Amino acid sequence: MSGSRRRGSRLAQLPSWVLGLAGIVLFLLVWEAVPRLGLADPEYLPPASDVLQVFARGLGLTSFWVAVGHTMTGWALGLAIASSAAVVLGLVIGSSPFLRRATHSTIEFLRPIPSVALIPLAVLLFGVSLKSTLLLVVYASFWQVLIQVLYGVTDVDVVASNTARSYGLGRLARVRYVVWPTTLPYLMTGLRLGAAVALILAVTSELVIGVPGLGHEIALAQSGGAVTAMYALVLATGLIGVAINMGVRFVERRVLAWHPSVRGEVHA
Amino acid sequence: MKMLTRLGYLLGLPALLVLVWYLLTVNSDSFFVVDPVTLARTFVDTWVGERFWADVAPSLVRLAVGLVLAISLGIGLGLLIGSSRALRSLTEPVLEFLRAIPPPVLVPILMVLVGINNQMKVLVIVSGAIWPVLLNTVEGVRAVDEVLLDTGRVYRINGWLRVTRLVLPAAAPQMMAGIRQALSIGLILMVISEMFASSSGLGFTIVQFQRSFAVPEMWSGVVVLGLIGVALAFLFQFVERRVLRWYHGLREVDHAG
Repeated sequence: MSGSRRRGSRLAQLPSWVLGLAGIVLFLLVWEAVPRLGLADPEYLPPASDVLQVFARGLGLTSFWVAVGHTMTGWALGLAIASSAAVVLGLVIGSSPFLRRATHSTIEFLRPIPSVALIPLAVLLFGVSLKSTLLLVVYASFWQVLIQVLYGVTDVDVVASNTARSYGLGRLARVRYVVWPTTLPYLMTGLRLGAAVALILAVTSELVIGVPGLGHEIALAQSGGAVTAMYALVLATGLIGVAINMGVRFVERRVLAWHPSVRGEVHA
Repeated sequence: MKMLTRLGYLLGLPALLVLVWYLLTVNSDSFFVVDPVTLARTFVDTWVGERFWADVAPSLVRLAVGLVLAISLGIGLGLLIGSSRALRSLTEPVLEFLRAIPPPVLVPILMVLVGINNQMKVLVIVSGAIWPVLLNTVEGVRAVDEVLLDTGRVYRINGWLRVTRLVLPAAAPQMMAGIRQALSIGLILMVISEMFASSSGLGFTIVQFQRSFAVPEMWSGVVVLGLIGVALAFLFQFVERRVLRWYHGLREVDHAG
């Protein structure tokens, strides 16, 4: 008991990035060992080294980067459309108590509708094209951003708002100097959630509908029996996901550098 | 009178939207749109009765099993990982990567690994829905108030009692946020697993309607999915209010003060 505790504390003294690296190595070792030891059929779960090799080879292929480009285009366009619409609507609805009350039930009803329900509609209307992806991505990420903007606008400090009013700030100036800074942290949270969801839906539309992109490549690899290539492509989508998360967090830190929640983190 | 205004706010906009929808579609001969009356009739014809038990109920059972597994596994592992700093640092990068994989791409992998059956569909739901619960639990456990923990230690509140009385309630708000995300991801994955690889279930039926150009039936399927989503959201809200009653109360007091 005491031995394990001492070992635990010594482990805890290592810097966390060392432990994290060790975790990754451990994960890869287990992945390598399971098929090699025959615990899983290597035909269905190829060892990590094989997958990484195929992945590295893929990095040199134009077709891989074209697929990545397709996926990222759908993701970026969809997220941009959804978030600009959500910000404008959120500010308009949020700043009027009447609109807020009147739209509440409709928003709460439309929001939980899973965007994959729109897949058949997208196929009928747009077929195998970027528009299908956009329909799904926009619908899914729009609500994430809208809800956060609405929270943000409601969170505006009454005293600050009244002060601005008594200093004679007009409606637009109040939005710019009082509402917007309060809403920004919420908007960033919404963007972070929306960016992750947008990637999920972009890949889904490629996988299920067959819009060109990484998801479609995965479906092709799977139906063609190229199992190792399929794992390599899944690895690629995961890395894109990590990159998006890190990118959004970086932007969040930059944009909110003045905000106490971020400033506090730097000091601690 | 007060009741009436509340009802007006609740139903005003939806009623207006349905009216606009009706006026726009009632005389339209477009192939892709349905007017609300036809949709309602098709909905009843298509889904009430046998098809509900043949296609909707099995999907819902798989969803429920998958979500229960994902939530309990996520909370269990999250408690374990969250309470040890070393374990947390060790697993963090790997977990961040696994969470970042868009869950639908796991469908082809699991098809290859497990085959096309019920287990695979449940596994798809678990493999996507577990991450928000797991990571939020880890985060919630990590952020438990130090003073609370020390006080507990002084009073020798250890082991099981410490977990159930101290750590779990303190992490509950974060955990519920994770569960909320898990619900919507689970529903998405239920549909995708059936659209991609199945010969029954809700997702398969809807795609079937679309392929045979049965447009009103397809729309009614979209409505079924929407209703399931809304029902899940309401269920979650009900449970959350129960579980986090003390938390919302606390927040109100804080805001008033």
